[in-house]
This record gives sequence, C-alpha cells and structure tokens, in this order.
Amino acid sequence: MAKKIETQGLDLYYGKFHALSGVNLSIESHVITAIIGPSGCGKSTLLRSLNRMNDLVHGVRVAGRVLLDGVDILAPSTNLSLLRRRVGMVFQRPNPFPLSVFDNVAYGLRVHGEMRRSHLLPVVESSLQSTLLWDELKDKLDSSALELSPEQQQRLCISRVVAVKPEVLLMDEPCSALDPIATGRIEDLMRALAGGYTIVIVTHNMQQAARVAAQTAYMLLGELVEVGPTAHIFENPKDKRTEDYVSGLYG
Amino acid sequence: MKQDKIIGAILLLVALSAISGLGLITVFIFREGVPIILRLGARQFFLSTDWEPSLGKFGILSMIGGSLAVTVGAAAIGVVFSLGLAIVLTQFSPPGLSAALKPLIELLAGIPSVVYGFVGVVTLVPLIRHTLGGPGLSVLAASIVLGIMILPTITSIAIDALQAVSPTYLEGSIALGATRWQTVTMVILRAARSGIVAAVILGMGRAIGETMAVIMVAGNALEVPHSLLDPVRTLTSNIALEMGYASGAHRQALFATGVTLFVIITLLNIAALGFSRRRPARSRVG
Repeated sequence: MAKKIETQGLDLYYGKFHALSGVNLSIESHVITAIIGPSGCGKSTLLRSLNRMNDLVHGVRVAGRVLLDGVDILAPSTNLSLLRRRVGMVFQRPNPFPLSVFDNVAYGLRVHGEMRRSHLLPVVESSLQSTLLWDELKDKLDSSALELSPEQQQRLCISRVVAVKPEVLLMDEPCSALDPIATGRIEDLMRALAGGYTIVIVTHNMQQAARVAAQTAYMLLGELVEVGPTAHIFENPKDKRTEDYVSGLYG
Repeated sequence: MKQDKIIGAILLLVALSAISGLGLITVFIFREGVPIILRLGARQFFLSTDWEPSLGKFGILSMIGGSLAVTVGAAAIGVVFSLGLAIVLTQFSPPGLSAALKPLIELLAGIPSVVYGFVGVVTLVPLIRHTLGGPGLSVLAASIVLGIMILPTITSIAIDALQAVSPTYLEGSIALGATRWQTVTMVILRAARSGIVAAVILGMGRAIGETMAVIMVAGNALEVPHSLLDPVRTLTSNIALEMGYASGAHRQALFATGVTLFVIITLLNIAALGFSRRRPARSRVG
C-alpha cells in the first residue's frame, strides 16, 4: 500500500508543554487509520498537525517533518488554503455554520472562488448524496443548518468537507457528541467513504477503532507507542503499554 | 436573616425611588408637551417647517430632518470605523493588544461632549469651509463629530458580539481552506449580526440625543438641509437654545419637541433590545 502521509520525528510544543515527541507515523492511502490513546495523549494534536490547524494556537512550536505525498507541509512555502482543501477535517462537535444547508455545503467552494449557483448546485447535491442526506434535506436546502439533529449536523459537516474534494479526511472524535445509533450510522458512512479517501480518525473509543479502522496507532503521553494492522494492535500487541491499554487496564 | 431583610428593603426603596423619579420626569414631559400637539394638530406640529414662536407657529419638520440627517450621517461614519476597529481587535490582533485597547476606547466615552464640540469648531469646521465650501457649520461637521462620539458605544458592544461567536465556526472555516478575512465576512459577521445591529442602534440613540457638541458645529439654521454642507438645527439643539427664554405656548412646544425625541429614542432602544435578545446563533449541541 502507498503512503499518503508520513510524519518524521515530529515534535510539538504548546509553550513549554511537550505535546508530541518524535512521532514517526505512516498513514496508508485509501484506508481508515485510527489513532487511539487516553485523554491528553496528544492524539488530537497529532491529527491537527496533519492540516496545520495547530497554527491557530498561540505559542505553538513544531519541529520535524510531515510529508503529504512526499512533500513537507511544514515548509514555510506551503499554501495553507490548498493544504486544507486537500486535507479536510471533521470536528468533535458538529459545527455547521449559522447559514442555510446549501450555504454550508457550498462554503468551501465559495472560499475557493466558485460563486455561480449553477455550478454549486450539482456539487451540493452530490456531496449531500455521498453522506446520505440528500433525500432528507433536498427540500430544506434553504433552512438553517442549526435546526438539524446532531447526527444530521455531523453528516452535513462531512458533506461540507467532501464538497471540496479532499484527498484526506481527518476526523477528531466525530461521534463523541452522538448517540449510539447515530454513531453506528456515521461509522457506516466512514466505511463507505474509505474507498475514495484516506481517512484518519481520532477516537478514545477502542471498539470504534476496531470496527472501522484497517490500521491503528496507539499513543501515550505524546509518544507514538505502536502502530500496525488493527487486528495486531488489539490481539497481539508488541508493546506492553499497548497491551495494558487495549485490555482495559487503564485509559 | 433579619439584617439581610432590612438591607434588601432599603435597596428596594432606593431602586424604586430612582425609577419613580424617571417615571415622574416622563409624566411631566408628556403633560407639558402633549396638549399643544393636540391643540395644533399633529399634522401642523410634525409636518410643518414653520417655526416662528413669536407668531405662534410651531412646526418641527426641519428639526426632525436635521436630527435624522446628522444621526444617519453619524451612524454611517461610526459604523465604518467601529466595525473596523472591532474586527481588527477581535480577529486580527494578539489578545494582549485588544485587552489593552478596549479600555482606552471606552475611555473615549468619558470625554465631555463640549470638548468634542470645541475640537470640531476649531479644526473641523474651518477645514470643511475651506476645502468644500459653505459655512462649515454643517450636517457634515455634526455627522463627523457625532460619528467619533458614538465610536466607543458601537465598538464596545460590537466587540462583545464578535467575541460571543463560537470559536468552532472559526475552526470549521479555516479547516475548509478559508482565510481569516473570508471567515470574518462569510461566517463571523453573520453569526454576530444581531449584536452588531443592536450596537449600531444604540449608537444612533446616543447620536440623536446628543446636544452640546451638535449645537457647536451644526450651525442651527431653521431649514430642511438639502446638502451635507447646509447648516441644520436638531431637536435637541432647539430645546437647549430656546428653553432659556421661552414661555407659554413656546415653552409647551419645546416640551413637545422633547416628547418627540423621547419617543424616537425609546423606539430605538426597544429595537436594539429586540435585536440583542435574539440569541447569537449557535450549534445546538455546541
């Protein structure tokens, strides 16, 4: 399998706090990779390094390399707008904009310069179809996205990212604000999307990683402890710390 | 216990007496002002431009026009600068800078209006006279002075409205590849819209009620302005300029001018309250 993303010796500091230390992680193309670990282990920070969302945090320092298709995205010459178009992100809490359903999905395209409604409409339709929202919402395109249920809002946020045709989808605990049934349906959606995208999901729910991910990485205290095929990590971990975590000794 | 109850009762009494003071003022103004409106007829009072107290003519249309002209002008100027300031301080500057500048902006509100008027007369009025023509004392001069005076009000409330916008909108927008500026114009201003509208309305309320600075720079001529360079008299100026020597019907007509002002400002405040009560849009689970 081809490597889509590779971090090499990635270190990250929030002020004096050493949040990531020497992370070397390869993410395969067109499969789902899960990052698991206890709260505060740096898994969200690692995820946010992959589209440079950490740049928004004051006093953050990064060292090492993050290669996307072999090109270092930490280089100062990186076009951040283009990077984030290629590497989309879905957040822990559904965060649709206080705009209409249509304007939410069309947002990314408008940001990248496409203003004609006739060009936007087919993309909005196909994006909503890919997240199975079209049938529910095709008559409500002009109503506010804030009136949708939490699950619909999260699907809408996924549609919004899919609309700009990213190569990678980063998902930061995308189901933690949803009930178990909605969680199951979002997981179905992830599996359905996996063929077309490289998906990286952060979760503290080990069962979720086991259900959706082909590859799993275990993090602890800012270090990448172990990474491998999901079955190996859960059934036959090499590292004692991974074994303790997946067998439920702590976390 | 017992002491708390006594203190509570005393505070209630103080609060009630302050409110009843306001209530008495309101009743007084209306009692003095409303009869003459009824006697002359609302049409004669509000829609005539003849204000000649010695002849018993009391039409305030030109002053309503003057007040509206300077208020709209002040709002236009105030909104541009205040909103710009609020956006820069909340979105584009390090947190320390906005924390340091916000109290300074609020300090501007504490400068007496006569000082603003004085600066306007000494610098702005001659500038307008020499560069644009006309007497200098004008709608334009009053709009600029008032625009600066309402800057602290609008800026401060707009900053609060912008800071109340959920940071998840910023993240979501940046993560889609938007720039900071696109995020501000496409999401954040939309989300803060009701608070910003309330800020502008409250600023307009301040502008329409301002007296001293306006008297000094507006020229106070009794005519409906036809250009930004024409002098105008506002409702507030009219009361302040003539109350000193007015008596009889003239005095009542000035109270009626006050009633008009009172109603306009009350309506503006109700509108502002209505807008600010609309909760800032937020995601349901957010």
